[in-house]
Amino acid sequence: MMDGSFAVELVGIGKTFPGVIANHDITLRVRSGTIHAIVGENGAGKSTLMNTLYGMHQPDEGTISVFGHEAHFKSPTDAIAAGVGMVHQHFMLADNLTVVENIILGAEPAEHGVLKLSDAKHRLAELSRSIGAHVDLDALVATLGVGQRQRVEILKVLYRGAKVLILDEPTAVLVPQEVDELFVTLRQLVADGSTIIFISHKLDEVLKVSDEITVIRDGTTVATVAPGDINRRKLAELMVGSELPDPSGRNSTVGNTPLLTVTDLDVHADDESKLVVDGATFTVHNAEVLGIAGIEGNGQFELCEAILGLRPISRGTIELDGTDLTHLSVHHRHQLGISYIPFDRHREGLLLYSPLWENTMLGREETLGMSNGPFISGAGARRDCQQIVDRFSVRTPGIEVPAFALSGGNQQKLVVGRELSSETHVLIAAHPTRGVDVGAQAAIWDELRASRDKGVGVLLISADLEELIGLSDRIAVIFDGKITAVLDPATATPELLGSYMTGEMQGAA
Amino acid sequence: MKNRQKWQGIAITVGGSLLALVIAFAICGVFLALIGHNPFTVYRQMINYDLSRDSFLDATKRAVPLMLSATAVAIGFKMGLFNIGVEGQTRLAVLLTAGIATQIHLPAILHVTFCLVLAMVVGAAWAGVAGILKVKRGVNEVIATIMLNYIAIGLVSWMFDTFFVVGADTLNVKTKELPRSAWFPQLVKGKLTGFVFIVLVVIVVFWVVVWKTKFGFHLRSSGMGPGAARVAGINPKKMIMTSMLLSGAIAGLVGMPGLLGDSHAYRRGLAEGYGFDGIAVALLGRNHPAGIVVSGLLFGFLDHSSGILQVNSIPRSIIDIIKGVIVLTVVIVNEALKRWHNRRTQQASAAMITAIELEAAPA
Repeated sequence: MMDGSFAVELVGIGKTFPGVIANHDITLRVRSGTIHAIVGENGAGKSTLMNTLYGMHQPDEGTISVFGHEAHFKSPTDAIAAGVGMVHQHFMLADNLTVVENIILGAEPAEHGVLKLSDAKHRLAELSRSIGAHVDLDALVATLGVGQRQRVEILKVLYRGAKVLILDEPTAVLVPQEVDELFVTLRQLVADGSTIIFISHKLDEVLKVSDEITVIRDGTTVATVAPGDINRRKLAELMVGSELPDPSGRNSTVGNTPLLTVTDLDVHADDESKLVVDGATFTVHNAEVLGIAGIEGNGQFELCEAILGLRPISRGTIELDGTDLTHLSVHHRHQLGISYIPFDRHREGLLLYSPLWENTMLGREETLGMSNGPFISGAGARRDCQQIVDRFSVRTPGIEVPAFALSGGNQQKLVVGRELSSETHVLIAAHPTRGVDVGAQAAIWDELRASRDKGVGVLLISADLEELIGLSDRIAVIFDGKITAVLDPATATPELLGSYMTGEMQGAA
Repeated sequence: MKNRQKWQGIAITVGGSLLALVIAFAICGVFLALIGHNPFTVYRQMINYDLSRDSFLDATKRAVPLMLSATAVAIGFKMGLFNIGVEGQTRLAVLLTAGIATQIHLPAILHVTFCLVLAMVVGAAWAGVAGILKVKRGVNEVIATIMLNYIAIGLVSWMFDTFFVVGADTLNVKTKELPRSAWFPQLVKGKLTGFVFIVLVVIVVFWVVVWKTKFGFHLRSSGMGPGAARVAGINPKKMIMTSMLLSGAIAGLVGMPGLLGDSHAYRRGLAEGYGFDGIAVALLGRNHPAGIVVSGLLFGFLDHSSGILQVNSIPRSIIDIIKGVIVLTVVIVNEALKRWHNRRTQQASAAMITAIELEAAPA
């Protein structure tokens, strides 16, 4: 179906945007009937560009053409009318509706005001055959897995008549096996005449699936290459503009003092209906990174909360350096040397509307110099904050600005800096580099390694399998609340981890 | 840099409140015109009356309980709690204090202190009910305090009739008069009670505790980012309980200037409505001590000018309408300004970071 004409052509696109990396001089030509990947670091301007193409905002300069006709999209509605659809990274589905209801939502087929589902179902059945995947149209979305939900999103876009599909980081939420299935679907779509714009920063996937790759760096397109003409390293260098950091570099000697010992831990869900952590047993030694691999929602979050004392446990024990933590408060556990980089830095890590120095003081008021009896010392807290900002190279105009004014990567550096500035024995790091740029990622990895080398025991929860394999001394897999395997990162591959994470494989390796 | 930002923030806050006031008066002006009064004449009459002799004293006298009530509301707001129950807490405290203090005989200073402490305990206890409901059962404090208001109002009415009333056969139905030892000294006889000093102390303590102590930091953190505060080891249940109790304790004081300083006995109508006006004062004052003082005085003047309205046969309820409209405009203007200011801060920071890096980059 590759006929050489362009499905989408962007020439000289510029867009300045307050507070966000701007696009300038973007040129992107996507051939009809191909998979065209757009790669770039977080914050390189991929999203701004795609929002331009999808009509979320208008470019300041340059032209957009779709199938040869110049287009001026005032809103996504215009883009959809012109055949451009977008599958967002975060699914926008209503859990309590069925698949078919979700798909027709906003474009309901109706006769005299009465909903008419049969036509829609008929067309959808055809569409789902055409993408080579079966989807139960009457199933509640709440019952679907991540991969299936994504397929529903794709169907939704196709149902609205999209010929060009923009997929924003579609693999970010999938395990390797699901990624392969997605790629089969994408191939099928292209064979049927659709054009796909695939946004990613995972280079292996991009090289595997796309027909052409455009690299974005610092807000502009720097190159368009064919996957056959380039290797991973070269592509990475194009993307970063310099050498890519590497999570590995294991030269540690794991200690033999158990720091954090979790034994037969059971934790119930909030509504006490089921076990979310089921008999977890593991030990983190001094100077060891124990990685926890698992698909989100398999109990990692509850496990961390239980260790921190934020969630009651139903059975088992948690010991820190021989001290039973079971009946100690969260505050007390912090005092004993547990630090925590939380899952969601906005909700749990930061006071977004408070100045940076109050953010770095949070939870550390007892630290020397930050308080005087019952009073806080603004001067001491500010000095401490300035040190953290300097040591962790947090890019900020000052320590009086509110935390929301920083970019995601710098917010994360601030949180990591705060947690590592306390007297720490055990660090629980949940997705420490999620959504941060390559530079910040390298800096955070360095800090984690440095802490480990100083003897800190690290419990690392991550969805980035390369990060897990690179940093961990051992990797425990959690599936459905149970630790199903403990693997050696030296021999573990992302595919192997994926098999354990989906429950396909269990037991020690 | 630090100071400029701070002053900018203050200017925006003050400007926002002023803007909200102007809009509120404009809206009420339209309303006045609709019911057949010239708004300019009415407002001029109010201003002239407010500028007359002794106005300031009367406005201050009216502002004193409002400032207390606003402080009670603000403590809750700082923690992200909306204590609408100040009204009920105030009324229960004032009746029980009036009833019980007559049975006690103590030297002057001790008797007054006893009354203040008793009022605070009663207020705190009533607010504590809402706190317990929230902590133990997850009942939204807004619902709980509204309901508790109704219960308190009914309870006060029933207890007054049943236990405390004297002179039920006369026109002057009230509780037994307090002994002189429980009277709060007057500052200007009949016009201003010495209670202003108590209010000033409460407001200064409020400022120190909330902005300068670890406890206050925990309180504000829990309000700004409950998730982050919880993870940092601040016990949310304890903070909810403590702030409800503190808020209730101050709410208990709201009726005291009237009771101890002025009427010396409880009668119907004493200390009514302050709880609701306090919410407006706290909102307009942005929960800040200085703001509460200024907006408390403003509301004092508004109440004061209701006198002249009646003289000129303009419905005095226009004052209540103005107050209500102020609440709405303050909330709307604040929200709009906050968004605008946040966007500007973000842009300014991004620009500043870029500038710093360009300077630092090797040429």
